[in-house]
Amino acid sequence: MSDEIEQTGAAQDDARKPGWLARLRQGLARTSAKLGGGIIGLFTKRKLDDATLEELEDLLIQADLGVKTAAKLTANLARERFDKEVTSEEVRQAFADDIAEILTPVALPLAIDPALKPHVVLVVGVNGTGKTTTIGKLAKQFRDQKKKVVLAAGDTFRAAAVEQLKIWGERTGCPVIAGPENCDAASLAFDALKQAKADGADVLLIDTAGRLHNKAALMDELKKVIRVIAKMDPAAPHSTVLVLDATTGQNAHAQVETFRSMVNVTGLVMTKLDGTARGGVVVALADAFGLPVHAVGVGEGADDLRPFDANAFARNLMGLE
Amino acid sequence: MFDGLTGKLGDVFERLKRRGALSESDVQAAMREVRVALLEADVALPVVKDFIAQATERAIGKEVLRSVTPGQMVVKIVHDTLVEMLGSEPEPVDLNAPAPVPILMVGLQGSGKTTTTGKLARRLTQRDKKKVLMASLDVYRPAAQEQLRILGEQTGVATLPVVKGEQPVSIAKRAMTVGRLQGYDVVMLDTAGRLHIDEALMAEVAAIRETVDPHEVLLVVDAMTGQDAVNVARTFKERVGVTGIVMTRVDGDARGGAALSMRGVTGCPIKLMGVGEKMDALEDFHPQRIAGRILGMGDVVSLVEKAAETIDKDEAEKLARKMSKGDFDLDDMASQLRQLRKMGGMGGLMGLLPGIGKMQKQMAGANIDEKMLVRQEAIITSMTKKERKDIKLLNASRRKRIAAGSGTSVQDVNRLLKQYQDMSRVMKQMGKKGMLKGLMGGLGGMGGGGMPQMPPGGLGGGLGGLGGGGSGLPGLPKLPGGKLPPGFGRR
Repeated sequence: MSDEIEQTGAAQDDARKPGWLARLRQGLARTSAKLGGGIIGLFTKRKLDDATLEELEDLLIQADLGVKTAAKLTANLARERFDKEVTSEEVRQAFADDIAEILTPVALPLAIDPALKPHVVLVVGVNGTGKTTTIGKLAKQFRDQKKKVVLAAGDTFRAAAVEQLKIWGERTGCPVIAGPENCDAASLAFDALKQAKADGADVLLIDTAGRLHNKAALMDELKKVIRVIAKMDPAAPHSTVLVLDATTGQNAHAQVETFRSMVNVTGLVMTKLDGTARGGVVVALADAFGLPVHAVGVGEGADDLRPFDANAFARNLMGLE
Repeated sequence: MFDGLTGKLGDVFERLKRRGALSESDVQAAMREVRVALLEADVALPVVKDFIAQATERAIGKEVLRSVTPGQMVVKIVHDTLVEMLGSEPEPVDLNAPAPVPILMVGLQGSGKTTTTGKLARRLTQRDKKKVLMASLDVYRPAAQEQLRILGEQTGVATLPVVKGEQPVSIAKRAMTVGRLQGYDVVMLDTAGRLHIDEALMAEVAAIRETVDPHEVLLVVDAMTGQDAVNVARTFKERVGVTGIVMTRVDGDARGGAALSMRGVTGCPIKLMGVGEKMDALEDFHPQRIAGRILGMGDVVSLVEKAAETIDKDEAEKLARKMSKGDFDLDDMASQLRQLRKMGGMGGLMGLLPGIGKMQKQMAGANIDEKMLVRQEAIITSMTKKERKDIKLLNASRRKRIAAGSGTSVQDVNRLLKQYQDMSRVMKQMGKKGMLKGLMGGLGGMGGGGMPQMPPGGLGGGLGGLGGGGSGLPGLPKLPGGKLPPGFGRR
């Protein structure tokens, strides 16, 4: 097994070429090239009229900002500069400022309370958003901060999910608590918390199976996990992180809304931001829910999880740097 | 956020209130709503624009039929155009090539490639009696190869043994060799998830394509994908020659506009959709259903099919006979409850009904307990056989015993009995009117609530209780009347 891990690990490292910064910039550059380029196309210097505003709104919609947020941003712009001569630079700056204003309050890292031993983090989300990978990356980060981390392989449903987390455990040097196949996720989480307490761990990261938010039975299962771990520590989980795939469109709203009301999500992690035309949905979500965005995922490697920087993100999104 | 296009268009046309042909200004007012609806459903903007242009052209000057409102008329035109653009003719996965037929699965990370590979392999094996070999070319994600191996074990489909450290192109070659030598009909190649802009990985999948010359290249896309769907589909099509699309997580509540986007920009047919976590949850693509969803009109066709699939025909016939005679007892009610549960419970059913978006929210708010169905069944099974035939036997002490036996309260027992009485009264009436002839179930009666496209009859009688006059479905809170099928109205 460990041989194979080395192999896959090595294969993965070979595939990683540029660093994360380059990757983020590269990814966002495509977004912004399109968005920024589109805006440059609209203006050299011309009057901000209704038709232009509509085109601007369309561009924001194409970045997944959503109809409502796009309308709000263009309305803001219109209020200030309608009928005035504007340049593309000014428009982009104005949008970037507004977006940064929306994003700044939510750009908060996942803070681990050192008084809690352990600080319990429950990681939830729909299928395939990258929960397990995010846990691996978070574990790496906390390990780099010399914290003691325990991982709980709570995805007892998907084939090989436990193996996947175990490999992350070996890569980051964290113990992984796992049960037999198809065991009860709640009791596993309970055992993991017990173990983490006994070990004096700083952080316990609990993985869960991906679930669609409209499946009541699966959401109940998640509530049960919380109920059961709360028996040992009434304040646990101290953080519940919803992992969102940045490729997701407007359904992200439904996901956040449901997970928040069902399991009291305390923050978001946005994954797969290294692709194209994305990030917009973060703006819409921040505007609608105001939940902290803890981090963004920009690749498959252990170091590809970055803090969310509102200003840089907004300026990048508008092609300003 | 969005309560159905029909409702919104209703508001648009409220002011008009007239018949005749649709004027240009009417249509344009309506199309603004359609545009928002499509964008909120994540249809990509360029595709939305094309679509609006087409639908507008069709709608202007159309005579509004006497029986419908202008709003409904526009919805119909929009719906029809949408179905056409999604592809009216279903296109199945094509296996018409010399064996072993290579099928290549590609897509972004987390779109559901491996699960879909397992589902499709299972279907080809069990339904089409093909000998299928699956091979995982995912050497990047930890335990990905292991995942496919386990799926193979679960579904009884062969998987190519994993050789540590082997690179994707050589795995693909080896899979084809094994496929040829061991007489497999189909070889399914599950690739690693990759971003369409990751040059190195796209080159890799192009190389795999060169090597095996797959007969089908299926792009697996999450139904929740946003505006980016067009970029993904276009790039994959250019680089690896996608022949068909598989939409996954159609069982979620995303509107699935990505389907229209991808079909629109690539022209590739959507061949399959994943509708659940279980290995049999794979269906052929139905453009009508997705069209209805994109427009927020529910999914009546699915509901009908689901009912037809789940309801035990014999049991339904037996029940229909019994009901027409007016002897509907608690055993029959229990069997109804079971069938309702099989269909996915109230939540599942409601999700399929059109115009119920708002109600669904209220239901979520009212915290409907799906377990109610289970509990009510428990109450019935806690009765003696005699009691089930004749509820008059149920005096206070028997009721107490039943409550204790089923872990409920006497109030719960009483509520169930009241429901039963309501239901049997309605059934007697229906029996008299001869509505139960054939297999016409109560579901048909639900059509009165403003459901389009309801086929007359054709449904199992097992749902009789659903659509009746005053009877209530178990566990439903009071919901606003009017648009609702009557059976849903009472607690």
